[in-house]
Amino acid sequence: MIILRTILHSDCNGFYASVESLLHPELRGKPLAVAGDAENRHGIILAKNEEAKKYGVKTGEAIWIAKKKCPELQISEPHFDQYMRYSKLTKQMYAEYTDRVESFGLDEAWLDVTGNNRSGYEIAREIKERVKYELGITVSIGVSFNKIFAKLGSDYKKPDAITKIDFEGKDSYKTKIWQLPCEDLLYVGRATKKKLHTMGIYTIGDIAVTHVNILKSNLGKWGETLHSFANGLDSSPVAQFDQRPDVKSIGNSTTTPRDLCNYEDTKMIIHILCDSVSRRLRESGFRAGTVTISVRDKELFSFTRQGQLKNFSNHTKDIRDKALELFRNNYSFKKPVRSLGVSVSKLIADSAPLQLSFFEREDKHIREENLDKALDGLKNRFGSFAVRPAFLMKDVNLSLINPKDDHIIHPVGYF
Amino acid sequence: MKKYVSVTAKFDEDGNLLPLTINWNDGRKFNIDKITDIRFASSLKSGGTGMRYTCSIANHTRYLYLEDNRWFIEST
Repeated sequence: MIILRTILHSDCNGFYASVESLLHPELRGKPLAVAGDAENRHGIILAKNEEAKKYGVKTGEAIWIAKKKCPELQISEPHFDQYMRYSKLTKQMYAEYTDRVESFGLDEAWLDVTGNNRSGYEIAREIKERVKYELGITVSIGVSFNKIFAKLGSDYKKPDAITKIDFEGKDSYKTKIWQLPCEDLLYVGRATKKKLHTMGIYTIGDIAVTHVNILKSNLGKWGETLHSFANGLDSSPVAQFDQRPDVKSIGNSTTTPRDLCNYEDTKMIIHILCDSVSRRLRESGFRAGTVTISVRDKELFSFTRQGQLKNFSNHTKDIRDKALELFRNNYSFKKPVRSLGVSVSKLIADSAPLQLSFFEREDKHIREENLDKALDGLKNRFGSFAVRPAFLMKDVNLSLINPKDDHIIHPVGYF
Repeated sequence: MKKYVSVTAKFDEDGNLLPLTINWNDGRKFNIDKITDIRFASSLKSGGTGMRYTCSIANHTRYLYLEDNRWFIEST
């Protein structure tokens, strides 16, 4: 006999917009969107409420496009501290039902309620009602026997709804999930969807019944993963509450206040990003081996390049030099740059022993490390702008971004 | 509307926090005669979330919320 788990996936509907309309009763019932600051060219829609959705307002589009679709759209600036607070309150509530609560971003979480004497559906109903009453926002919940189907369930019907996806019976995954388009499955993005379509695969059911070797030869190891997802064979566990995920990479990116036209401009932004990344790296107690840059030009074409550091490091200078080298070797300024990102990966603990180089002046390295430490101390006490290199003063408007303190929410991955 | 108010409250020996009087900014004090319910709830009227005390004040029932160490009432 197969022993099936009971997994819930709870998704707060239009989270940012729901919190805003809860905190501002005068906005309730009106089309509302949360958007970044248009003056600094971050003016895209981050979230919208149900009323705005009816007008076709989409997440990720520019404010002016959204306003064209819906002239009376109310725009609110984001209040991340409030979103964090409400996110924490929902997670605390989930933790009353099980110790296995795994967050997926701020507004989503999986709960493993296997072995509870109540059914998953009953628990889901109680959570849904409690969130609405106690926190004033709505959730949609998927109830199933693995994480992937539970997540599909929470997307199946929105808002304020519960969807059950069983192994068999009238709510079985074969009747409910298999007819959905393939791109609804986690990790089927634009590129994979295109590939699947050329193979004549359009629905999740098509993925499930295609032989795994065919998928593997076309999509690589992802083919196998998607095949097992579609057949309900995902067995990844729901992590323990409070179990902090292993950090795999640390990164920051920014859309700059104006387009960058020359190397001097990009040097400033790359320095600022590397300063933030390496400070976060030092704070978390890591050294990194790989530096990755991502570049997006004015026409929104983007690419990433990565390179290895000579030795594991968390020095601002090492990371910045590598990032600048990657940029110089891979970009020719045919088009101005709109946004830049720097991330580091292949992390090791900073207490791990390090092989010193025979040919380089390691004492110089240690001096630089002490300098970084001293600067960190100053910045922690007096703010990120306390000490800065003089070349950043060339264009104050451009260099007044503060990725370390402005971006407190970082995206996460499933694996 | 959300109106933050000054509250005199006491901790009892079990660690429960109970509001005793609401102190209006013009100097008037309103005694809370009875608390009939305490639960976590959101206030859709005034826009907030916190521990909600259902208070009986001079024969009127009013909600008093404690949100992150600040007390507020729903005012019209």
